[in-house]
Order: sequence, then structure tokens, then C-alpha cells
Amino acid sequence: MRHRERDMWPTASAESIRRVTGGGAGAFVRQALAIAEMELRKLRRDPTELATRAVQPVLWLVIFGEVMARTRMIDTGGTPYLAFLVPGVLAQSVLFIAIFNGISVIWERDLGIIHKFLASPAPRTALVLGKALGGGVRALVQAIVVLLLAVLLGVHLRWSPLDLCGAVGLVLLGAMVFSSFSLSVACIVKTRERFMGVGQVLTMPLFFASNAIYPTSLMPGWLRVVSHLNPLTYQIDGLRALLLPVPAAAVAHIGLWSDYGVLAITLLALVAIAAKLYPNIAR
Amino acid sequence: MPTRDSSAIAVDQLVRRFGSVTAVNHLTLSIDRGQVCGLLGRNGAGKTTVVKILTTLLPPTSGSARVCGYDVLRSPTEVRRLIGYVPQALSADAELTGYENLLVMAKLYDLPAAVRARRIEEALALMGLEHAAQRLVHTYSGGMIRSLEIAQSTLHRPTVLFLDEPTVGLDPLARQTVWRHIAQLKASQSCTILLTTHYMDEAEHLCDEVAILDQGRLVAGGSPDALKHALGPNATLDEVFAHFTQGEAEVAGAYDETSRTRHVADRLG
Repeated sequence: MRHRERDMWPTASAESIRRVTGGGAGAFVRQALAIAEMELRKLRRDPTELATRAVQPVLWLVIFGEVMARTRMIDTGGTPYLAFLVPGVLAQSVLFIAIFNGISVIWERDLGIIHKFLASPAPRTALVLGKALGGGVRALVQAIVVLLLAVLLGVHLRWSPLDLCGAVGLVLLGAMVFSSFSLSVACIVKTRERFMGVGQVLTMPLFFASNAIYPTSLMPGWLRVVSHLNPLTYQIDGLRALLLPVPAAAVAHIGLWSDYGVLAITLLALVAIAAKLYPNIAR
Repeated sequence: MPTRDSSAIAVDQLVRRFGSVTAVNHLTLSIDRGQVCGLLGRNGAGKTTVVKILTTLLPPTSGSARVCGYDVLRSPTEVRRLIGYVPQALSADAELTGYENLLVMAKLYDLPAAVRARRIEEALALMGLEHAAQRLVHTYSGGMIRSLEIAQSTLHRPTVLFLDEPTVGLDPLARQTVWRHIAQLKASQSCTILLTTHYMDEAEHLCDEVAILDQGRLVAGGSPDALKHALGPNATLDEVFAHFTQGEAEVAGAYDETSRTRHVADRLG
């Protein structure tokens, strides 16, 4: 009797499992894309966030950029300061969007949505990657806004299709890095108030300890070290190499492939950490 | 590997502590396949904690919990494939349409595209939501949201379905609708259902078996009729409940649960 039961049950359930899902890499990608897709459907429906977020880059480029360009105090290797600043401001606005991406998971916690996702067979890594990808595409739209702004200001950029594709890749990678970082923070602090506090505290140091508005060569030694631990520096270095109409070596000192490499490895590590922390949000 | 166990749910000496609070205290419980079982208890009695453990959201402190023979700690993915879960909070995404809410769940369960389309259509028809499928969920009534959530959690034809307070905050008419859907599910899919509730009429109406929890312990269990008869010839389930649960004791976790329930009720308007 006991033996028959054993035969009966696992067979029945294993069969229904196969019917439900094949599992594997294909399923993983589809599950991650499902999460990203829903983020984008929401974004399409309510793009006001993107409009309000366009204000800050305008201030940085039009006011800060124009004034600093007149002082001619920042050595940018012969590149006009405003052109030098465009990739920095682009990366900054991507950072500001991505670093607050985690708040959506706190909303979903309060609503119980995340509980349902976590009780589904989708791997946590797929859930995190989907969220990060959603943040990435959100940031990409913002990046396009900043580039259009640069055009309006008459900034001379290199508009090569291949380089633009490379820049899209860097924007996505950078945004996903900071999105998954943000998700990890959200899983630890769990409340909106604490999350906003942590987010505010983090953004400015990340921004100033990078090459966004000045080259790292102008930094004191300790800050230069810190800036090289900051993923933003690699993203901006790569963007300068791809977007500015001068030889890459004049404005980017790290090297494009290293930029991609560092960002990709950081992303993998952060997604792994966020996936590990993700179940905490439902407890 | 699943153990040889024909129960849909088997909980053995289950303990869950939060700091110094013991939410579930050496709970042993077994639910047969195809049954609708009600987990009754006051706020903070440990109902939601039990559901969270069984749905793999929360690891037990000690003891074991199995779903269809699969241990929630050792085989969480297998458990997740077999279960459906409707959390107590309103878990449909209000910024998406009803259709999109179903679509995302179907994709997370990786249903093939053809199956997905058919199941979503069937679910919408079953829940009477066809006309509202393309509307954003924040325009839905409370009963519609709950119906949608039940549809979301049954697209993959779960073997065991968990419903945490399925009718909390609903008006009487919406409750009837949700009851009807639960009864339909029981009839059509032969799935086992574990639901938690505060409402004795709900337990009596829907459940084959009830288990009464008090401070994380199982204090009574059996069919509603058997429990009533054991207490007296004309006893009601309310009286059974009052008899087995402590009247005045302060219950840890009651504040959280009450505030959660009110929050849900608020959102239902």
C-alpha cells in the first residue's frame, strides 16, 4: 500500500510539473522578460515621471555646464567642457532613476504582489534581472532625452550608429547595476521612508566620487581610488569614448572593453546578491 | 524526493519564532487531497505564518512542512510549481489591466503561448471579467479584484491552492461571488484548498474540515458538524470557536494583522 502510494504521487506531480513548465534557460529568460514587460507597460501608460526627471539634466547642462565652460578651469584634454559634461550628466540621470528603482519592490511588498511572485516557480534571479531590465529601459528613455537636450544646446557629438549602440549597451548595463543595487537596499530596509533616506544619501557621493563633472586626474589620490571603485566612473568613461568626437584616449583613460567588463561583472555580482536578499522582502 | 505521503498538506511539529514571539507552536496538521480546509483563529493566532511557510515564503524554525510530499525547505521549486497562492493583501497590480495581471502570472509559470491564451480566456469567463479585461485594475470593485486574484493563482492548475483571508473587507454581495468561485474551483479542478478566515459562516459554507489555531497551537480540528456536535446539540461554530480560543489574552502579532486587514479593507473602499 505504502509502496503504491509512492509510485502514484511523484509520478502524477512530476507529470503536472512538466506540463506547467519546461524550466531551463529559455524559461528563465521568458520569466525575466515578463517582469520587465510589465514595468514597461506601466511606464508607457504614465510617462509623467520621465518628464519631471528631465528637469535636473537641463539644470546641469544649461546652468552648471555653461558657467563652468566659461571658467575654463577644468582640464578636459581640449574637449569643450559642455561636450565633456554630456556623458556625465547622461550617466547621472540614469543613476538617479536606477537608484530609486528598488522602491517599486517595497510597493509590491505592501500590496502583496511580490509574495505571489515569490511563491511562483520563477527563479529569484529571473525576478531580480527582470526588475533591473525594467529599470534599464526606463533609464534608456531618459538617456535619449539627455542626448536630445545636447543636440538642442548645439553640443558636437559623434553620431556613429555603431557607437550609439555601444552607448545604449553601457546605459543599460549601468542602469541595471544600480537597479539591482537598489533592489538589494530595498530588501534590507523594507520601508519606503528608510529607502528614500538611503537613496538620497547614496546618490550625491556616487555622483561626486566619479568622473561625471571633472576628470579623475584632477582628484586627490584618495578620491581617485574611491572613484575607481565606483561603477559610474566606468560607465561615463565608456560613454565618453563612444560619444565624443575626439580620439577616445583624450577623454577616456580606462578603455572601453574594461568599462564593459567591470560593469558586467559588477552586474552579475549585484544580481546574485539581490536574488539572495529578495525573499527577505516577503518575510 | 517526495516522501510517501498521500496528503496534500502535511505539517509536523512545525515551529516558527519571530525573536521572542512564537507564532507557530509545534503544529501538526494533515489535509487530504481534494478537501477544502479552513484555518481559523484570532488575529495573531499564526494562520498567515502557516500559509507563508507552506508557500515557501518563510522558512520554519523547526519541524517540517510538506506539500504533496515535497518538503518546503528541500524542494521549494517543486512546491512552487504545485501551488497557487492568493495573499491577504490585495495582490493584483492596480496599474495594470486585468488581462495584464493574468498575463504576467501565466508567463512566470511559463505556460506555452497557446495554452496561455486559452487559459486566460477561460479564467476571465469563469470569473465573469471578460468585459473588464482591458480595464486598469484600480477601476475594479473589491469582489472583481479578488476574483481576478483567484484567476491569477489558478492559471497553471495548481494541485493545492492557498487563500489567505479571501473575503476580508468585502461587501456581502462580493463575498457571495468569491464563495461561488471557490466552490466552482473545488468542483471543477479537484484541487485542495487551504483558506484562512475569521468568518465562521464562511468556514461553515466552504470547508470540509476546519482547524482552529490559538497562539500558534492547534486547539481543535475536524468537520464543522463534528465540532459543533461535540460541544452540544445546538452549538454553533461561533460557540465552538469561542470555546477553544482564549477570550482576553493579549495576542502577539495582533496589531500587525489588524492593521493589515484594515489596510486591505481601506483599499477595497
